[in-house]
Amino acid sequence: MMNPVYIALIPLLPLAGFLMLGLFGRKFFKETSGIIATLLLLTAFGLSVYVAYDYFTHANGGVYPKTIAFQYTWLRFTDTLSIDMGALIDPISVMMLLVVTFVSLMVHIYSLAYVKGEERFATYYAYLMLFTFSMLGLVLSSNLFQIYIFWELVGLSSFLLIGFYYNKPSAVAACKKAFIVTRFADLGFLIGILILSFYSGTLDFATLINTLTTPESAAMKNAVTASFLGVSAISWGMALVFIGGAGKSAMFPLHIWLPDAMEGPTPVSALIHAATMVVAGVFLVARLFPVFALTTPAVLEIVGWVGAFSAIFAAMIACTQTDIKRVLAYSTMSQIGFMLFALGVSKYGGENGLGFTASMFHLFTHAMFKALLFLGAGAVIHYVHSNEMKDMGGLRKLLPITHITFLIACLAIAGVPPFAGFFSKEEILLAAFNGNKTIYYVALLTSGLTAFYMFRLYFNIFWSKEPATQHDKHHGEGGFAMMMPLVLLAIGAAAAGFIPFGNFVSSDGAKLESHFHLAFSAAPVLIGLSGILLAFVMYKKQSNKATNLANSLGGIYKTVYHKFYIDELYLFITKKILFNLIGRPAAWFDKNVVDGLVNATGNATTMISAKIKGMQSGRVQQYAAYFFAGVFGLVLIFLYIWK
Amino acid sequence: MQPGLYHILIISAALFFIGVFGFFTRRNLITMLMSIELILNSVNLNFIAFNKYVWPHKMDGLFFSLFVIAIAAAEAAVAIAIIINLYRSHQSIDVEDAGEMKY
Repeated sequence: MMNPVYIALIPLLPLAGFLMLGLFGRKFFKETSGIIATLLLLTAFGLSVYVAYDYFTHANGGVYPKTIAFQYTWLRFTDTLSIDMGALIDPISVMMLLVVTFVSLMVHIYSLAYVKGEERFATYYAYLMLFTFSMLGLVLSSNLFQIYIFWELVGLSSFLLIGFYYNKPSAVAACKKAFIVTRFADLGFLIGILILSFYSGTLDFATLINTLTTPESAAMKNAVTASFLGVSAISWGMALVFIGGAGKSAMFPLHIWLPDAMEGPTPVSALIHAATMVVAGVFLVARLFPVFALTTPAVLEIVGWVGAFSAIFAAMIACTQTDIKRVLAYSTMSQIGFMLFALGVSKYGGENGLGFTASMFHLFTHAMFKALLFLGAGAVIHYVHSNEMKDMGGLRKLLPITHITFLIACLAIAGVPPFAGFFSKEEILLAAFNGNKTIYYVALLTSGLTAFYMFRLYFNIFWSKEPATQHDKHHGEGGFAMMMPLVLLAIGAAAAGFIPFGNFVSSDGAKLESHFHLAFSAAPVLIGLSGILLAFVMYKKQSNKATNLANSLGGIYKTVYHKFYIDELYLFITKKILFNLIGRPAAWFDKNVVDGLVNATGNATTMISAKIKGMQSGRVQQYAAYFFAGVFGLVLIFLYIWK
Repeated sequence: MQPGLYHILIISAALFFIGVFGFFTRRNLITMLMSIELILNSVNLNFIAFNKYVWPHKMDGLFFSLFVIAIAAAEAAVAIAIIINLYRSHQSIDVEDAGEMKY
């Protein structure tokens, strides 16, 4: 068995880096903070690789064990219920360790060039380290409450990093929005945790899953028979936990924060809002998957539908956006929808657990190509100083490395063989085909849309019109520090699909053979290719085909362009309904009743004191008379009453 | 005739109320100070009388009266100092004139 110290070091190294840079960074490590952070993360990545190698080469009879590497009891309530800090090692947490440390390392290297010269350079790295620490703690969590603590910590670091340019009002608004929306969802998560721990009497994942999947156990009987509004307590608990996950993973209708979160620095978007934090919801569902699949299949079906709807909903919006980072943000939302409905259509164990493996596989490959897309977009934005598509075009000769790596990422996300996205998406579609036909057709359509909007983005950036001449050419592509992560991630995006993922990650820990069906994959690939072709026709050369199409679609286009007016709907609900119906009466109550009570106390005091202040006459003899009267009174009391 | 305890107590009570009366009625600060001395001395008398007639073998009353004398001396010193300063600032030692410290 591997040494728990190594596993503990993986999250603790970034924590040490955060403390060091956060406390002393601005004074002592102004120049060197980036290097220090990168080296710490390189060590953590090396340890993760070692842990992963060690773990996956020691399968116990073909089944990967779930082990607690270390556990420390933090708060003990009863003998069975305690809040612990520990590390749970199983295939998905090891896989997430690799993904988080790798993408984070890439982002650290990339930021060396991207954020260089920033006044708060050290602070930026301190925040990145805080985020990495929290994310690693989240994936290693051994109990529900620990995951909740780290869940909030990643939310906090996401807030800090979105609002990194705090003198930009839009960034400030975006970070508040992200924090409030996810916080709102986390309320559901917390209630869910309370329900689950109340019925199972524990917070520990292994015990909890064990209790809640054994139909004979007393806890289980209570949880199934107790019901609220005709739905059993356990279903409520799981659904509420999923609301937390949906908030963090930007699922409809809690997705509104993700596009705005693109106000943060681009490498941050790559790390937090594409590759790692936003998949925390998927991770959470995967973590509790046995309970979802065995005990509450109805809730799992909701997960599937929410995922499928979000996938196609976001893909449609992505086709109309013009800010390249927003296109990528909606694409992220759509791909996370894929992961979630893959979990939703999956069942527990054996061949039926294909969706689980596919979802984790897609999480893995998506982290590669989506981080690559964001970092590539960062290089483009760095070059043209704009997020808007209309300011770009014809950049393929000016940014050759970015162009090639971006193309690889686009091919990967569009599901073109043999790039990574093809394999994972094919597995997801197969799982959907076996699980739920409607979701399968939705997914197929979404794949086509994905290919279309990604290549719309690609052609608009790198082809379309001739390069505008006003770009200053002095800084070129951004140097080695920016190009190396792109190349490494491109290798990942191109080759990660060949990993036999079912051998490592499956719903029950046993190895899962994935079969490759040529006939089955024909449809998605053809749809993907036709999406690419359509984008080629419309955007390869600058033309008014796209505008004409938009005009002919009229109202539909406008609705999609305005993101189905979801933001407006939220504003309507909060401003018009909540403010007027709850906010104003509450304000009135506060002003008149609460403040009135306080004011009445003050006024009464003033009035009474005005009446009795004459006693303070300033005459010594009067005071002496009061004193004497007092003593005389006491004497009388002692003589006649108390004896 | 030997004076008994009651005679002395009557004298001391009379002394006490003369002091209280003087303290309440006189406006001159020095006279008020003298009235306080009367009150303190009536207490002294009480101590001595009770010591002599009730617990003749103990000395506590004597000690207490010594304490009271010492405190009266210190108090007179402080009070006279206050009175002198009051006179310097107000050109008066009438207690009615020193009424600034009111509401």
